Amino acid sequence: MKLFDLLATASSNMFRSKLRTLLTITAIFIGAFTLTITTGLGLGVSQYLDRQVDAFGAKDLDKIREIDGIKSVAAYHNASIDYVVASDPDKKYQASVTPFLTGSNFSLDAGRYPDNDSKDLELMLPSTYLELLGLGSAESAVGKTVKFGVTNGLGKRTEVEGKISGILGASLVAGTSISPNDALMTRLRAVQAVGQPPVAGEVVQAATARFDAADTEKLKKIKEDLKKLQYEGMTVEDQIGSFKAVINGMIAVLNGFALIALLAAGFGIINTLLMSIQERTKEIGLMKAMGMSPKRIFLLFSMEAVMLGFWGSLLGSLAAIGVGTVVNKLVIESFLKDLVGLQLLTFSPVSVASVILLVMAISFLAGTMPAIRAARKNPIDSLRYE
Amino acid sequence: MREDAVLEAQNLVKTYGKGDSLFTALGGIDLTIRQGEKVAIIGKSGSGKSTLMHLLALLDKPTSGAVFVEGQDAAKLKNGQLGHLRGQKFGFVFQQFFLNGHASVLENVILPLKIAGVGRAERKRRALEALKQVELDDKAKNKAKDLSGGQKQRVVIARAIVGNPSVIFADEPTGNLDTATGQRIEDLLFSLNANQGITLIVVTHDADLAARCDRQIHIQDGRIVDHPEPPAATREPKAPEPAPDQPDAPQPPRRPTPRPRRKVHL
Ligand SMILES: Nc1ncnc2c1ncn2[C@@H]1O[C@H](COP(=O)(O)OP(=O)(O)OP(=O)(O)O)[C@@H](O)[C@H]1O
Ligand SMILES: [Mg+2]
Repeated sequence: MKLFDLLATASSNMFRSKLRTLLTITAIFIGAFTLTITTGLGLGVSQYLDRQVDAFGAKDLDKIREIDGIKSVAAYHNASIDYVVASDPDKKYQASVTPFLTGSNFSLDAGRYPDNDSKDLELMLPSTYLELLGLGSAESAVGKTVKFGVTNGLGKRTEVEGKISGILGASLVAGTSISPNDALMTRLRAVQAVGQPPVAGEVVQAATARFDAADTEKLKKIKEDLKKLQYEGMTVEDQIGSFKAVINGMIAVLNGFALIALLAAGFGIINTLLMSIQERTKEIGLMKAMGMSPKRIFLLFSMEAVMLGFWGSLLGSLAAIGVGTVVNKLVIESFLKDLVGLQLLTFSPVSVASVILLVMAISFLAGTMPAIRAARKNPIDSLRYE
Repeated sequence: MREDAVLEAQNLVKTYGKGDSLFTALGGIDLTIRQGEKVAIIGKSGSGKSTLMHLLALLDKPTSGAVFVEGQDAAKLKNGQLGHLRGQKFGFVFQQFFLNGHASVLENVILPLKIAGVGRAERKRRALEALKQVELDDKAKNKAKDLSGGQKQRVVIARAIVGNPSVIFADEPTGNLDTATGQRIEDLLFSLNANQGITLIVVTHDADLAARCDRQIHIQDGRIVDHPEPPAATREPKAPEPAPDQPDAPQPPRRPTPRPRRKVHL
């Protein structure tokens, strides 16, 4: 039998028992639908996270590429503030500050990063504060000043003024801390230190070390050395990486469920084919009597299985893409509105095609057992079958 | 081996089961069938007629012994080649119709050609030709299940001849048809033999049909017998019998009253 005739026969056999075929395809459909959704979710989130890593440091990698090993270590002081306020004295809010690190790279809504080499007291303000502090739009806020309320060791409160140099855009990974430059940070600490009991030596809460980020070998070595000295070395990529690992873990679990659904669908295929082989015992015998080789019989039934898988997965992934597009739109317009650039479900042609191919492969495997059975049937036993 | 032998069986044995339940369906059959011959295989129910036919048609493998098709030992062929040989040389009319009721008459007749890999237009042309021979070309588009028994059997014959076989095996071709329809099927089969030289191997209970063949092979308990016992119910005192050393001599005249035809469940 020619390949085309085999295909045509397999596909017409598939629709001989319509209800049974429909139910089997539905089972495959559910599995393929789930798998397409979960892989879409995985791809969407991980692409978003990758873009965040890029935003953090990609540009700076070139700048520090020529640096060999750790070049400089700068103290990373912190300060605690009581409140932050802009021109409207009624709008005072609690806030935390985190020093701005030269070399970090955030997406800014307006303005520029605070300059750590400048003597001016500058800061970067997360966009969430704009409305709270009555600052208006991001563009108009740049250049305005905000005041921090700081209490010193004697319990006296002083206000320190800083100028907004840039507005930090909303993002999953960028925090909600206000980031002052070194000059403003030093000033805040100085005000706060008045009247504090003297401490032995200088207290450092964190330190920034600069090194060649492209040299992963050296980076690993640095981390190991740090560990020996009982410090933990963690890069931004590590941080996002561990976040990503959690998300990937969750998606792996979801994919696992989808695969279990597909496994169940595989048994559906086995069942369908076994029943149809049982029903067609005489027909198989006849075809063999008429000279059809066991190989072709095997192909005929395998093709039927693969076709069940193909239709189930094609319809399942198309439905997933349809549903996913709608959900994406709804979610991004509502509660994930602030996460610019997040595409919750991303369907790439490659991942959809892989899902379809995977399901077809599972179907083929499920079909082998019944197909081998059909191929092995003795023509006479099949013809005598009642 | 004879020059014009299309089929030759040497000491064919077929047993079923093992140990205590071992059953010898055929106990050593030697047989030569020449091209263009009309051969009837007759015998009581359960005597091994169908078993013999299946072995000759290479549908089953003998427990021991050999079958030669045009001098070629079938045991030396692989499964695929065996199927190919069957598809090329043999046409089948089984005890049951084995038609696909939901497919059209034409589709049913096309099936062997499809298996043989004949192209679309060619196989349709040949199938219609075969249907014309059995005078069913006007029913080509009908569903097979909507035909009468006699029409179905003619479709089966069309399917058997569509591949231009050199041998047609027919197992009770008239077994489930009324006398008139059965007669028509017989005529059809014999005309194929007369016009196209197709070898006919017919398994039958029908004495008339057997009598129209060149030769009758009597099977009794899995062996060929020269002097079959007459059926017990109608045992006659003593019928004149041919000399034992002349197996091909004319047979005694058939009983005039045909036995009731067996109904075969479909
Ligand atoms: N697969 C099998 N297993 C066991 N016994 C079998 C098998 N096939 C056939 N037989 C036995 O072999 C014997 C011969 O069977 P066969 O079908 O050849 O008879 P037959 O002469 O064609 O009878 P009928 O005229 O009723 O068709 C029977 O006793 C049958 O029960
Ligand atoms: Mg029989």
